[in-house]
Amino acid sequence: MIRKRRVRLSELAGVIRSKNSGPFELTLDVFFKTPEIFRRARERGTVSRELIRRLYRVRDEQVLEIIWFEPASAVKATIARPVSSGSAGDTDVYGAQQHMPLVDAEVDWE
Amino acid sequence: MKEMRILSPTAILGYGFPLGSFERGMARRPDAIGLDGGSSDPGPYYLGAGKPFVDREAVKRDLGIVIPAAKKAGVPVVIGTAGGSGARAHVDWCLKIIREIAREKRLRLRTAVIQAEVPRALVARALAAGRVRPLSFVPELTPETLRRAGSIVAQMGMEPLIAALEKGVDLVVAGRCYDPAVFAAPAVMNGFDPGLAVHLGKIVECAAIAATPGSGRDCVLGVLRKDAFTLEVLSDARRFTTASVAAHTMYEKSHPYLLPGPGGVLDLSEVSFRQAGESSVEVHGSRFVPGPASVKIEGAVRAGYRTFSICGIRDRVMLGQLDPIFEAVRAAVEDNFGRGDYRVNFRVYGRDAVMGALEPLRDRVGHEVGVVIDVVAPTQAQASTICGFARSTALHYGYPGRMATAGNLAFPFSPSDFEAGAVYEFGVYHVMEIDDPARLFPAKLLTIGGGR
Repeated sequence: MIRKRRVRLSELAGVIRSKNSGPFELTLDVFFKTPEIFRRARERGTVSRELIRRLYRVRDEQVLEIIWFEPASAVKATIARPVSSGSAGDTDVYGAQQHMPLVDAEVDWE
Repeated sequence: MKEMRILSPTAILGYGFPLGSFERGMARRPDAIGLDGGSSDPGPYYLGAGKPFVDREAVKRDLGIVIPAAKKAGVPVVIGTAGGSGARAHVDWCLKIIREIAREKRLRLRTAVIQAEVPRALVARALAAGRVRPLSFVPELTPETLRRAGSIVAQMGMEPLIAALEKGVDLVVAGRCYDPAVFAAPAVMNGFDPGLAVHLGKIVECAAIAATPGSGRDCVLGVLRKDAFTLEVLSDARRFTTASVAAHTMYEKSHPYLLPGPGGVLDLSEVSFRQAGESSVEVHGSRFVPGPASVKIEGAVRAGYRTFSICGIRDRVMLGQLDPIFEAVRAAVEDNFGRGDYRVNFRVYGRDAVMGALEPLRDRVGHEVGVVIDVVAPTQAQASTICGFARSTALHYGYPGRMATAGNLAFPFSPSDFEAGAVYEFGVYHVMEIDDPARLFPAKLLTIGGGR
């Protein structure tokens, strides 16, 4: 069991990824390493609207619901894309390289 | 019918598959073969330009194996979102390839063609009647955007596919489809539970991407029974695990267990995944909750034309003042050509080109960066003029403290500038209420080829 006060999310999760959910949304998935870690993270609200807002520097209305999904031991957060996929100013058509702020995120954990 | 076996040869028609896996799949005597022909994921260009995003020869290779094998075994093949975006031009492109195959392999294929392009006037009427609403974070549809959009496609659900399959055809070639419908339709037609069928379709439409290690070019089999379905790999190189299947269920969706689609919502709140063998997973509890008839509509609007230039910067003095230098170049463009409906975007790889506005580490710059000078303007000629000017101005710009007075940019290529053609954006990405899904997706029966 991990007994540090602050840990990186990458220590708790086996998979952290981002992807388009349609051309206007970016969806972020965190799969925790074990069902135990998942349940504890859910209890603590380790991934929250506030965390997503801070990491991606978006406004509250740009964040959809944070949803915990027990069968996958995972949590999902979806945010608005800064511009829609493939339009003039887009940087990542598939949205698949937007996950690193979550990987590096430090969260409370004891 | 006690069970129904649905074969998915590849994630996207044209991504390929190993012949051994496909033969193993055919040996399991599938009841139907599904092929997902496209996606909106590669961006709006392909719908806007009426072009496929997969290569013609690659599509012909896949179909040239699947269609003759299916015909020989008497198994129907369902192709959804034909040609990549599923507008009329895409469906016709796919049909042309099928005609070639039928001729070369001397096949006679009874085919149902289902178009998914919707008349602009129909969308305009729905818009005026308040029956068009945006999805999350999508701007409201305006009559102006609707006017400017090219082909508008609607995502069909299972009903038009079932109606076509009931005619006993060898092949269904459909325009824009809800991806899972391609695999669910044959099962629902035979009385299987739509919740399980759609969930099965949601996983196998990506073929072996949902297995581990994942692959976009390997076959999988979905086996549907009365109260559960099982996912089987067809190659010893990979397995389905409860983790890989549960993870895939969440893939590319904004909600992990409520997945809206045409005609209702797939509710996975009660779902359970069980490891049914070394490499297969059994799924229970997926439910389909019918809702009002509606379709997702998609349309691309042309935003201009792009010319870009690629270069690198290694000079440390310059790397310390990229933003003011790019600002000065933009000002020079404006001074030379005036303000206009163009945009000059300096994409700095090694700093924030991947995440743009979302990048938290923007202040960390590597010892070298790659720069894409990206210009979008109303015509290709204007885009090239401005890109060329921005490139030459940046190349010789005398910034404060400069030591390297010979030139600021390293170009890997000559010529340095590339005309990339039209740029589109998804202007239409909305939900439209409809009365009758059958009328929106007209089907035509035809016989392709004159062989057996």
